Amino acid sequence: MATVKFDNASRTYPGNDTPSVDRLTIDIADGEFLVLVGPSGCGKSTALRMLAGLEEVNVGDIWIGDRNVTDMSPKDRDVAMVFQNYALYPHMSVADNMGFALKIAGINKAEIAKRVADAAKILDLQDYLERKPKALSGGQRQRVAMGRAIVRNPQVFLMDEPLSNLDAKLRVQTRTQIASLQRRLGVTMVYVTHDQIEAMTMGDRVAVLKDGLLQQCDTPRRMYDHPDNVFVAGFIGSPAMNLFDVPVVDGGVKFGSIVHPIERSLLTGVGKEVTLGVRPEDLVIKMEGDGLPVTVEVVEELGADAYIYGSTTETAGKIKPIIVRVDGRTPPAKGTVVHLSPKGDHVHLFNNETGLRIG
Amino acid sequence: MALEITAARPDPALLDLPWSVPLEQWPEANLAALPRGLSRHVVRFVKLPGQVIAVKEINPHLAVREYNMLRLLQKIGQPCVQPFGVVNGRLGDDGEELDACLLTRHLRFSLPYRALFSQSLRPDSAQRLIDALAVLLVRLHLAGFWWGDVSLSNTLFRRDAGAYAAYLVDAETGEIHTKLSVGQREHDVDIARVNIAGELMDLAAGGLLAKAADPIRVSESIVDRYRSLWRELTGSERFGVGCRWRVDDRIRRLNELGFDVDELTISTDFGGATIQIQPKVVDAGHHSRRLMRLTGLDVEENQARRLLNDLDSFRASQDRQNDDESMVAHDWLTQIYEPVTRTVPRDLTKKLEPAEVFHEVLEHRWYMSEAAGQDIPIKEVIADYLKNVLPGKPDEAAVLGVDTMAMRLPDFSKQESPGR
Repeated sequence: MATVKFDNASRTYPGNDTPSVDRLTIDIADGEFLVLVGPSGCGKSTALRMLAGLEEVNVGDIWIGDRNVTDMSPKDRDVAMVFQNYALYPHMSVADNMGFALKIAGINKAEIAKRVADAAKILDLQDYLERKPKALSGGQRQRVAMGRAIVRNPQVFLMDEPLSNLDAKLRVQTRTQIASLQRRLGVTMVYVTHDQIEAMTMGDRVAVLKDGLLQQCDTPRRMYDHPDNVFVAGFIGSPAMNLFDVPVVDGGVKFGSIVHPIERSLLTGVGKEVTLGVRPEDLVIKMEGDGLPVTVEVVEELGADAYIYGSTTETAGKIKPIIVRVDGRTPPAKGTVVHLSPKGDHVHLFNNETGLRIG
Repeated sequence: MALEITAARPDPALLDLPWSVPLEQWPEANLAALPRGLSRHVVRFVKLPGQVIAVKEINPHLAVREYNMLRLLQKIGQPCVQPFGVVNGRLGDDGEELDACLLTRHLRFSLPYRALFSQSLRPDSAQRLIDALAVLLVRLHLAGFWWGDVSLSNTLFRRDAGAYAAYLVDAETGEIHTKLSVGQREHDVDIARVNIAGELMDLAAGGLLAKAADPIRVSESIVDRYRSLWRELTGSERFGVGCRWRVDDRIRRLNELGFDVDELTISTDFGGATIQIQPKVVDAGHHSRRLMRLTGLDVEENQARRLLNDLDSFRASQDRQNDDESMVAHDWLTQIYEPVTRTVPRDLTKKLEPAEVFHEVLEHRWYMSEAAGQDIPIKEVIADYLKNVLPGKPDEAAVLGVDTMAMRLPDFSKQESPGR
């Protein structure tokens, strides 16, 4: 097990002007589960492959523990890439299937037996070690395959979108299993996904990338409560945060007919407008009165909650879609006009030119 | 969703196959062979009029991806199975959606590695398979293809004048890049090494591997074979201006390895005292292309080499070195090659490909002549070969088999019945 460090690491593909991963710097703690997430083409897979040794690092360094692995071949890096296919061999016992790669590496029998036994314990396969794979269920076979990676005691586990080809139900199940396995092993894991829900539910920390640039690297909670910029604000969370430009006025920002109070010092130096972000669950809804008027277009009832999809024209003159989470028992009817105001201080402000968070 | 068949040349007979039934439960009447072994996905060989196709049940997204990948590999002339089509939109009789099916043509006279090991083999056969796989891997890497799952079970082998020619079967994990990084190539080689060791250890556990063969030593040889071939095909060399013959020498060495040089860079240092050369574009199939041009025969590289040698001997023995090469080749084809291959009775044509029969007859001639201490006429050789050798060989035109059990990590929560 080890720490991992991306130190200003860049990768520019031959023939490209801009780097696919641009000066990436992340410190990953020993035993941490870090998820790289972002839209397609953001550089997350490239970053993982740089760590694995499959992509050259043009600038900067990559460290595993106290070893600079930047120019090391993949097999010398002591990482397990779990995105390759694993074969199970029908004539070999479960124990041999798990341990044969150690035999190739010249590790002695006693040590192999010990590591296989340890992995079998973690994977709940102790009683099956002498059996042939054919006698196992599908789930057990998959654990044997996982065991092949575990017995190597790699410093770091790497996974590249391992769930992308599973159906939704299986994906939820499997992601729980991977996360719990990682915790039991206490191994450092770097995991790539395009799915922000997967990222938020699995990672100790989540690193959001866009256009090769790291946007933010934080715990899921911090990422959700305190996005550093507009991109992260819109990317993390489902349904997404409502984001729209609002005028800056004396004492705060205008939110429909009300002024949402903002500390004066925060608004000094910003332009006439700022981007305001508020999550669907952080809006108070009134049938009449002050606030931002929104016409209800669709009501999506989910039982305990309901989502209202509507739009408003009172956001700098542009029609903006708005999503609000309301109590599932008393949702407003389609076609009505409701008035919204933010709950307490659950409002995020961003500079509408730079996109960076204010305050 | 309606059934949707995508294929370059769809065969209407495809419509008659029981697509609403999970592949695992297809009736025997549709199958060309009973399933053997276990596979990550369900794979079956299916009879169509006049041909056999392999059907793999797989996630629709992966099916389309692999179909396109195989088509691309075919287009750029890489040895791989021929994609035939994708069947999408399958609905079970209970209305449940079924996975898509990827269809590939069965490669005639190809052998899965397990079939080769189940026959009595020369002790160095494992090594010959590895050599063939190393050549395939180098060719794919030169073309920018990263395989991601190199193994004997993802490869089919065809006999090639005593050696083997390897074909890629499974492109599911593959990626095409403009150029592969050293790390990507090394990773593929490492995957190959570990998978081959596992596959050979499995054969050993099943009692199918010759005692003398050491799985670990054999698996490690792929690394050496791959690296030395890669170095020879792509490495630069520097020499003094006086040694210009080394340019020709390099090209000749590459030709001997079966590669043509399409582009070679030559540069000198500032003083002009040394020359550096480096092949930039090399193309496999040096001998098979030449034979094809001369005779129209489409055979494997080593077979072509063997046939061309025989053609050269024919030319020398007829004292026709000054004649037009293609004229001589035409005479060799009609007077030597075809008489040999056409003598094979119909019931023995499924044993070996014609070019391999020809190679074996030449070998047989050598053994007979050596035993007799004199040249034996070819007619006698053929007669003896057809009587005593060929009938004892297994039919190899359509050896079918799915051989390892392999499975993807992410499916590890998928519950299926044991023993599938």
